[in-house]
Amino acid sequence: MGFENLLLGFEVALHPFNLLIAAAGILLGVIVGVLPGLGGANGVAILLPLTFSMEPTSAIILLSCLYWGALFGGAITSILFNIPGEPWSVATTFDGHPMARNGQGGQALTAAFSSSFIGAFAAVVVITFFAPLLADLALKFGPAEFFAIQFLTFSAFVGLGGGSPLKTLVAIMIGFILGSVGLDMVTGRLRLTFGFTDLMKGFDFIVAVIGLFGIGEILLTMEEGLSFRGTIAKISPTVVWQTWKTFPRYARTFARGAFIGFWMGFKPGGATPASFMSYAFAKRFSKHPERFGKGEIEGVIAPETAAHAAGTAALLPMITLGIPGSPTAAVMLGGLIIWGLQPGPMLFVDQPQFVWGLIASMYTGNVIGVLMVLAFVPFFASILMIPFAILTPLIVSICAIGAYSVHNSMIDIWFMLGFGVVGYVFKKLDYPLAPLVLALVLGDMAEAALRQSLIMSGGSLAIFFTRPISGAIMWFALFLFAMPVIGPWWRKLRGKPAASLPSVPH
Amino acid sequence: MRKADLVTAIVLLILAAVVVWDSYELGIGWGPGGPGSGFFPFWMGLIMIGCCLGIIGQARRRPDGKPFIPRKGIAPVLKVLVPAVGFVVLMQFVGLYVSAAVYLAVYMRWIGRHSWSTVAGVALGFAVIAFFVFETWFLVPMPKGPVESWLGY
Repeated sequence: MGFENLLLGFEVALHPFNLLIAAAGILLGVIVGVLPGLGGANGVAILLPLTFSMEPTSAIILLSCLYWGALFGGAITSILFNIPGEPWSVATTFDGHPMARNGQGGQALTAAFSSSFIGAFAAVVVITFFAPLLADLALKFGPAEFFAIQFLTFSAFVGLGGGSPLKTLVAIMIGFILGSVGLDMVTGRLRLTFGFTDLMKGFDFIVAVIGLFGIGEILLTMEEGLSFRGTIAKISPTVVWQTWKTFPRYARTFARGAFIGFWMGFKPGGATPASFMSYAFAKRFSKHPERFGKGEIEGVIAPETAAHAAGTAALLPMITLGIPGSPTAAVMLGGLIIWGLQPGPMLFVDQPQFVWGLIASMYTGNVIGVLMVLAFVPFFASILMIPFAILTPLIVSICAIGAYSVHNSMIDIWFMLGFGVVGYVFKKLDYPLAPLVLALVLGDMAEAALRQSLIMSGGSLAIFFTRPISGAIMWFALFLFAMPVIGPWWRKLRGKPAASLPSVPH
Repeated sequence: MRKADLVTAIVLLILAAVVVWDSYELGIGWGPGGPGSGFFPFWMGLIMIGCCLGIIGQARRRPDGKPFIPRKGIAPVLKVLVPAVGFVVLMQFVGLYVSAAVYLAVYMRWIGRHSWSTVAGVALGFAVIAFFVFETWFLVPMPKGPVESWLGY
């Protein structure tokens, strides 16, 4: 690891064109974060085909900044409209919206944006130091280790996801099966196409993301009949300054949030539990726990810091191991492959400019982001004032454009609609969508790693347990898979009531 | 909700069974290049069948709760889905831009009851802006129909 690498990265990220790209990415990101049905993953997926002709470093800066923007945008809707754009913004509504109703919307937004910034910044600093070390370690990994890590990724969804473990497993299996439709690269045979030529090229995960998260979300929003009646908030430099002056009081909350966020975040699906956990800790350690839920600024700071630290940390396994921790990271990983880069630890050796440009852009992007959202909140909030009869067909049209542009094929638009209906049904029945998407993305890699490992061992599964690193990871993964069984039993043994996870409204 | 849960699990169970059957046909054993083509999907399908059976078992034991879609929720969902399907069907004949303009116009007029001037402005505006952004700026071709060819594209 060298300081000069980070300097090289800043040289790339501070290039005027890349700064402009970053600002454009943030702007688009906040817009998609504010709009219903267009979250971060979806926005990145729709924009991805437009970056095919771009230089990879600029492209990843655009997409990662869109992601930061979407994270910021989620806070606006949570606080002003009481609509969490993403599950990890749910905890922000607890105190953010009451603050807005009490006429403290400006303070709440300032606190949310600033703590997002601080959380993300803390996580980027850790990534800066930790990523090269992890990449170095990962260079020694063989197929068995990579399969073990992928196994761990999915076990984390089952063990820590909080939903029904059986449904999570089904979602993962659907993802893997959809991923294996089409041509088998190893044997050259067609799988699961049943004679349909349209199935030969398989299901593209970008189309799946647009359908599941975009169309599915719109259907859900419409069914619930949401009306966007928000509160108006004014942010003036005085409000920002007054709010910032109170921050030193909450130094512990910030530190705790950032730590929880990072710790939970680099594991898949960690952002949502991290935000709830941080909120719960802040309440427990507060001198005025009774104020929480009624508009306590600490109740905004805690979840926002953790959610952004987690959202940032989710990129760590993506850049070092080539294994994404969230659907958005998965879409970016798909981008890497399309731009002709091989994801994985070799990126640090082969493409230092790309990796360090990305890391440096996390600093610049977050600085630009916090300044932009503070300056333009009224503009972003006014987007939700657009009548839904205009927004809905616009969003559907944009989703269709995004789905078509992936392969220039009409059938993808039909798949998108199909995935939309599936996404709607699955969300209603609590089948998680994130593991499905991740399995679809990782399917080829996981299968290749499994096959190579089995060829190395002559067909014995023991290879995953006899090699020290992969063995340790596999046992930990098996432990996580068993969590849903062990957890209740362990609690009963200790005589504690079953902990109920905070319910996440959809 | 329980009925929907059962039906979904049964549909997924059948799909998984089809996957298992097709993978089995492909060969799940050891081929010349290691595990055969069907090996991976076969096991994934088997695990999925097991999980679906578990879900069915759990759902059967649970009392029926609230309905899958509240009665007043069906209409709004169909009002989004049906025009969207129409949009895609129309796209096959007239291309994306014209289809999007028609879709926007119909939706805004029918659902939103917006004034004709707003309808025309948004529908045409979106189609024209999207056309220039994708066809000339980003060079990403979209499906086109007779109108675009009449205009010389």
